[in-house]
Amino acid sequence: MTAKLTTVRSGALTTVQDAGRPGHAHLGVPRSGALDAPAMRLANRLLGNDPGAAVLETTLTGCALRPDRDVTVVVGGAPCPVTVDAGPVAWGAPVRVPAGSVLDVGAVTAGVRSYVAVAGGVAVEPVLGSRSTDLLSGLGPAPLRDGDVVAVGPPPRPVPPPVAAPWPGPPAELVLPVRPGPRTDWFSPAALRTLTSAAYRVSPHSNRIGLRTEGPPLERASTGELPSEGMVLGAVQVPPDGRPVIFLHDHPTTGGYPVVAVVPEPALAAAAQAAAGTPLRFTPA
Amino acid sequence: MTGGPSLSVRPAGRHALLVELPDAERTAAFHAEVLRRRAAGTLPPVTEVVPGARTVLLDGVPDPGALARRVVGWEVPPVADDTGDAVEIPVRYDGPDLADVAALWGVAPDEVGALHGAHTYRVAFCGFAPGFGYLTGLPPRLHVPRRSTPRTRVPAGAVALAGPYSAVYPRATPGGWQLIGTMPDPRPLWDPERERAALLTPGTRVRFVTADGAGTATASPAAGAGTATARTAAGRVPAPGAGTAANGPGRVTAGGARATDAGTGRTTTAGVHPEAGA
Repeated sequence: MTAKLTTVRSGALTTVQDAGRPGHAHLGVPRSGALDAPAMRLANRLLGNDPGAAVLETTLTGCALRPDRDVTVVVGGAPCPVTVDAGPVAWGAPVRVPAGSVLDVGAVTAGVRSYVAVAGGVAVEPVLGSRSTDLLSGLGPAPLRDGDVVAVGPPPRPVPPPVAAPWPGPPAELVLPVRPGPRTDWFSPAALRTLTSAAYRVSPHSNRIGLRTEGPPLERASTGELPSEGMVLGAVQVPPDGRPVIFLHDHPTTGGYPVVAVVPEPALAAAAQAAAGTPLRFTPA
Repeated sequence: MTGGPSLSVRPAGRHALLVELPDAERTAAFHAEVLRRRAAGTLPPVTEVVPGARTVLLDGVPDPGALARRVVGWEVPPVADDTGDAVEIPVRYDGPDLADVAALWGVAPDEVGALHGAHTYRVAFCGFAPGFGYLTGLPPRLHVPRRSTPRTRVPAGAVALAGPYSAVYPRATPGGWQLIGTMPDPRPLWDPERERAALLTPGTRVRFVTADGAGTATASPAAGAGTATARTAAGRVPAPGAGTAANGPGRVTAGGARATDAGTGRTTTAGVHPEAGA
């Protein structure tokens, strides 16, 4: 028998995430998947899971879970206090949670998204090959609510030896490298200078679809309408208000606002952990 | 057409290319050529092939520079318009905007169905929602603008027009298109349990056929194994709207994204969905 986790406290937004469902963008299906993918992979490796096994992604306020059998978990990503039945336990390392006790993943002390990996992985039914919750199009399981029960897969054997895990800290300042294109020519030269020189901040309106920014608007050189075109992960799209939006994993697959530049995927993990108000600047990649 | 001067390649990050074409026809032809070469094993690995209105995005490409140099030399034959199978979509022409569209077309409301059904369409691209296809094929004189005020809810199965496009809503969403009819059973449009999840994939040819009044017609391919599962799967799909279960408390705002324009000049910065105005 495998374990089940009962959601005691679902937190602000807790979703199931794995490596996502790439390969379906032409059907209008976003990639989805863990926003801080390296954190998901590391948490899984510490448990001997497949690196892309499904985990829970929390948002700012964590969550609390009660297993019906003993389980081993790793809480990683954004640092936070972790307790089992109110007793402090390790963050970022395997923790045994006895059957019937409550694992509490606390509010983040920095960053945005903590990851709760469990040995065996979260075993909800996959949709198009992925268990990820896609908040743009509603594919995958709904965000957790209090009382929801989540199945766990069979734990891996053997359990890996403990290792010192290098968890990167959330950024005090977010520096995003950008490569120009594909619609750089829709912007004035001044706008391109602004993009890579001005001080921006992470907007509180950011979410899994996009990291929104506050700062100087980018002036367009072309005022025409852009016919809908495919959008890549990390696209820096500029809506009519001129404030760049960096597309994260639940981004729409096609869009009609020009993309001035693209942030390489490895830089997006830090973007996923940049809290509202974090200073942000763009640098040429 | 030839690939030479009519095609331009734009950078789209470290592992993607955006190939831009002059018009929808050549975009369809280039897209078909990409799929042919992918099937033949002569295309380098690529994770996503995403057509747009005038572009084809190639994403997940190990060496975009090398691929860019190759595609500009491709000979791309035009898409044959009069061959191949077509998916048939049954429609009752009973939409709430039927009279408005009839007025824009200068015909009586009961003539709209015959005019709309007289053309063969092609899925140019998808977006907005899983399985939502933008269908080209309506002659320019029949293009209509979006509604000035979008609806907060368009029902699943609504057959709609906006700009150069026709579409069928695979599920209930907000929307600003002109609704001319209803597909009686929209479940075949999107079924992630099926091997081919979307009925209307880019490049698919589509015909609209008038449904009988009983509402029992189901979408079916006229022929061809590629879409045959649409018919057989129709009986075991969840109820329309079941796929939107995540649109509850966790639904988040759309980050200023604008997912498509539908060619009508209307832009929407959505609070709920990037295509609330689609």
